[in-house]
Amino acid sequence: MKVALFVPCYIDQFYPQVGIATLQLLEKLGVQAHFPAQQTCCGQPLANSGCESDALPIYKHFVETFSDYDYVVAPSGSCVYHVRKHFDKLDQTADVQHVRGAAYDLIDFISTVLKVDALPGAFPHKVGLHLSCHGQRGLHQANESEMTPVRDGQLSRLLRSLDGIELTQLNRNDECCGFGGTFCVSEAGISARMGQDRVADHVRNGTQVLTGSDMSCLMHLEGIVRRAKLPIKVMHAAEILNGVLVNA
Amino acid sequence: MSHAIRADKFLLDADRTTWHDETLWFVREKRDRAVYAVPEFQELRELASGIKNHTLSRLDLYLQEFEAAAKANGVHVHWAADAAEHNAIILDITRKAGATRIVKSKSMLTEECHLNPFLIQHGIEVVDTDLGERIIQFRDEPPSHIVLPAIHLKKEDVGDTFHTHLGTDKGENDPQRLTEAARQHLRAKFLAGEVAISGVNFAIAETGAVVVCTNEGNADLGVNLARVHIAAMGIEKIIPRLSDLGVFTRLLARSATGQPVTTYTSHFAKPAPGKEMHIVIVDNGRTQQLGRPDFRASLKCIRCGACMNTCPVYRRSGGHSYDFTVPGPIGAILSPNIDMKKHSSLPFASTLCGSCTDVCPVKIDIHTQLYKWRQVLGEANEIPASKKWGMKFMGRVLASTRVYGLGGQFARKALRLLPHGLTHAPSMNAWAVARELPEAPKQSFREWYAKQPAPAAPSKTSA
Repeated sequence: MKVALFVPCYIDQFYPQVGIATLQLLEKLGVQAHFPAQQTCCGQPLANSGCESDALPIYKHFVETFSDYDYVVAPSGSCVYHVRKHFDKLDQTADVQHVRGAAYDLIDFISTVLKVDALPGAFPHKVGLHLSCHGQRGLHQANESEMTPVRDGQLSRLLRSLDGIELTQLNRNDECCGFGGTFCVSEAGISARMGQDRVADHVRNGTQVLTGSDMSCLMHLEGIVRRAKLPIKVMHAAEILNGVLVNA
Repeated sequence: MSHAIRADKFLLDADRTTWHDETLWFVREKRDRAVYAVPEFQELRELASGIKNHTLSRLDLYLQEFEAAAKANGVHVHWAADAAEHNAIILDITRKAGATRIVKSKSMLTEECHLNPFLIQHGIEVVDTDLGERIIQFRDEPPSHIVLPAIHLKKEDVGDTFHTHLGTDKGENDPQRLTEAARQHLRAKFLAGEVAISGVNFAIAETGAVVVCTNEGNADLGVNLARVHIAAMGIEKIIPRLSDLGVFTRLLARSATGQPVTTYTSHFAKPAPGKEMHIVIVDNGRTQQLGRPDFRASLKCIRCGACMNTCPVYRRSGGHSYDFTVPGPIGAILSPNIDMKKHSSLPFASTLCGSCTDVCPVKIDIHTQLYKWRQVLGEANEIPASKKWGMKFMGRVLASTRVYGLGGQFARKALRLLPHGLTHAPSMNAWAVARELPEAPKQSFREWYAKQPAPAAPSKTSA
């Protein structure tokens, strides 16, 4: 199994520890992932801003970078969703189709491909899970509250398997955090308010560690937590899972 | 003015924003409870979506079938290409009836066509009889929601309005007393009404009848008391058979307010003896939308408002921030069809979280259409120039490994060296209005990775 690690641009630049945790976690699970150095970005910021045609060279660069791998794994559901859903704008060559199918969010890869649902290790903290919309509604990693009353998902299953962990019960389980890519700048007021409301739900219900599988939502929420100087630690799920696992 | 600017105005009153958000979320939760209780809800959605898709693919045939059936029932059928024709037809019917007093049961179509000011200008009294509609009519405001038109108002606001217009005591905020005052006032209007205008929730091609769903029974009161009934419907309201109706009535009220069905589901098929019934069938941009393959599915909308109740942006920005008859996510895909320039910011008033799509009872791919409108607007140069050029620049950077790597190093270094007051100046950095920037690490992931004595990359030829 040839697995490539895709480290989205903002993780590469601002959260290298999330990329490192992802790589190490995969190693501990028996997967030797390779980081192709020429990678850049999936092109989502441009496309979501209505500049899809300007993003096409980025898409092509992405496909060229990753077409030789069986799987492309990223610690960010929204980038993966973008590759799967919006690379339909490219000519659908065999390479393009392959890369779209091979792209996986880290947690989805662990659950669906590696078929791991439980991990040994302890994390005795009260953990609040932020379900990212692209992961949950886009990649169906958890059931949407609009669809059924079941509120389970891949990441909550993995986290629950850890010893001593307590998952926060939120008043609004799966409301969007308000990041939305360039939305956070073009609609800064609403975006901030949504993030503040999201954080308030975690504060109200006792979250000590706020986590999720999409670093973009977490970057936005972390910015709000730090501005308000709240005693909440924000960690990508890869950091938690990698931290509790000893080397295999 | 963009949605963001109007939203910021709404956000200034933080307590009201909280209240608005929580009130609509309460409706959304009520909807969830009602939906979870129906095991076949997803099958109903699929069926409704299929019926609507089928109907839209043969809209001309079903409209003709409907017209023939309605005429056979003794109903006068009129066709209006746009809002002006719709208004002129209604004025003409009213004048021929020798009437000057109209009672109206909530119709978003007449709102869309700006019928009220047109009729008032021609000396005709129009009274909206839905309680919420009446409140905003007193205040001379447009509805802020298609099902809950006065949801932006608190009971104190209604108390003030009724004090001014209905003479209730100053400071009277008791909903029971206020509703009673409105009730007495509206009874007199119903009794005096000569022409009753209603909207149409569903028009049945097979029978030529129209169906109106209300909770207050105001359509029934208006129509049965007046001599003339005018039903105004958009061309997309058609469903083929009477037997299809149950699929939609089961979905509509559950999605809208969490009720199993609306209190009144009234069928109007033919005029009572000695009375007149008219149906005005309106296009007003709908065939244009039908001709846009990416956006055609928006015509499946049954106007339940569920996408508004669930939308985290709508709940915090209020319906007026959309400045369109139909606000919220569905409005943001209907409005650019009418005026792309005026409504160019609406498809961007979304995080594309997808909740609107999941909640939609007829399975309109709302957030996908929002994404597609953005591309249409980008191609048409209807997005801010600064954004367009910024994205072009970003495209160059991100398509090249080398430029991207250098740019990242530069940005991180700048962020580390520049004073916090400068990097977080709200005038220069919208992010920093409410958030701290991420701390810039000394090295990027790729720089770290390059230094690792990592195992060699797997050969590209080996499996």
